[in-house]
Amino acid sequence: MTAWLLGVLQTLLFVVSAPLLAGWIKRVKCHMQNRAAPALWQPYRDLAKLLRKRVVLAEHASWVFRATPFIVFGATILAAAVVPLVLAQHPAAAVADVIVLVGFLALARFFTALAGMDIGTAFGGMGSSREMMIGALAEPVMLMAVFTLSMTASTTNLSEAVGYTLNGGLVLRPSFVFALLGLMMVAVAETGRIPVDNPATHLELTMVHEAMILEYSGRHLALIEWAAQIKLMVYMVLIANIFLPWGIATELTAQAAALGVTAIGAKLALLGVLLILWETVMAKMRLFRVPQFLGFAFLLSLLGMLTHVVLETGG
Amino acid sequence: MDLTQLGLFDQAVLLFAAFVLFTSFVMLAQARIVPLIHTFAWQGALLAVTTALVAYATRHPHLYLSAGITLILKAALIPWLLHRLTVRLGIQREVEALAYPTLVLIAGGALVIFSYYVALPIVQLSAMVTRNTIAAGIAIVLLGMLLMIVRKKAISQVIGFMSIENGLFFAAVVSTYGMPMVVELGIAFDVLVAAVLFGVFFFQMRASIDSLDVDRLNRLREVDEPAPAPEETAP
Repeated sequence: MTAWLLGVLQTLLFVVSAPLLAGWIKRVKCHMQNRAAPALWQPYRDLAKLLRKRVVLAEHASWVFRATPFIVFGATILAAAVVPLVLAQHPAAAVADVIVLVGFLALARFFTALAGMDIGTAFGGMGSSREMMIGALAEPVMLMAVFTLSMTASTTNLSEAVGYTLNGGLVLRPSFVFALLGLMMVAVAETGRIPVDNPATHLELTMVHEAMILEYSGRHLALIEWAAQIKLMVYMVLIANIFLPWGIATELTAQAAALGVTAIGAKLALLGVLLILWETVMAKMRLFRVPQFLGFAFLLSLLGMLTHVVLETGG
Repeated sequence: MDLTQLGLFDQAVLLFAAFVLFTSFVMLAQARIVPLIHTFAWQGALLAVTTALVAYATRHPHLYLSAGITLILKAALIPWLLHRLTVRLGIQREVEALAYPTLVLIAGGALVIFSYYVALPIVQLSAMVTRNTIAAGIAIVLLGMLLMIVRKKAISQVIGFMSIENGLFFAAVVSTYGMPMVVELGIAFDVLVAAVLFGVFFFQMRASIDSLDVDRLNRLREVDEPAPAPEETAP
């Protein structure tokens, strides 16, 4: 019972701190580009403002359009509930493994794409078709990277995988390096960052995620933006805690928990800086070059699996 | 064999072997000439690091010498020669049109599986720490061949050829802890001479067919060009 309570608390922490991470990333990006940076809590202000505003609905919007923000937000929170953030032993991880996590994210994407087409504007349909193309190419890479991990740890349960890496100590695994790189490229594509999509643009030629949610306003928009921030954090926590789990709390003491919070905070801050460095040196890609980008990501995860079989277990 | 039972340096050998294999894939995906040469240089450098690690982990000091030769020749001298050639030929900004880039990468993955299958009996007989990387060595050779097959530009084919040699050297290091020094020196100088000769060959090729596209070597020149106009006779 205590475990579940802690699990719920952890998920709450996840959901509440996601805008903070988004604010940090925005701040680093502004510093990197020599612009005046907004405050760290600016995303909270934006969300509060949007939540107060009235919803403007298109005349022909169906129930899909109205239900989508809630479905997307709910599915993303459930996805966040599966990922170990501060405590390695997460009760929800036993119920839902990493494949279910991918499923939750796919559900959110499916409904976002439906809502994009529901209104019938040209932008929505275009954004949906692009998003589905990227999704269809990115999901195999993600699953392949995760399978590499599960083959090593012989489990798809995230808590057990984290525990396995923790207990193993420092082992130089080529497969983990490749899976990590593949997962990072997928995370960039899935969360709509440069070079696949640009979250800060409303230019019709380049937007993907923004095109789908163009018709949303008020609290609907707030929920969708919040969900996008949580999704970014899910990917970053996955990368940080699966491949570099050191510092995560394995026992239920206040000291371990404090250390866990500090460790994950530092890791996320560092990953955010890394993401912005990558975004600064890369240029936005043409949409038709995205399959090549994701093809290379697929190759990386495939190589991760191959090196696991060939180099780590062979003979 | 379980990875966790190995020492940290043995694990590092495996890790760097995987990186060398990865550079082969990067070369397959790289369409621009100068980054291709840089990737080749990285492969040489990683190869040298792997050799030095094998030397340390298995206590074979003569391999340090091989690592040094590799570092000088394959990570510095030959890439520098190739780079100078591209500058002198004026093709350093050229981008090769890759046919089916993703398919080629998947084919590369299939080649890795094939070489794993081929190397499996050897691996089972051997008791060396580095035995698992024999498959990677064969795979690097095959990927170099694939690079030579799918590319049309002569310079990319030369890089493919050099990377085959890298693969052979790698396989020799991990399966028998290096070749005899005479053989190794001989091969090293052969490769260096080849790099110089290829340069002469590029200029010759460009002078005669005005391109580095080897596909155009298949055509007879006389057929393509119109017959020279008969000389006008003086009135």
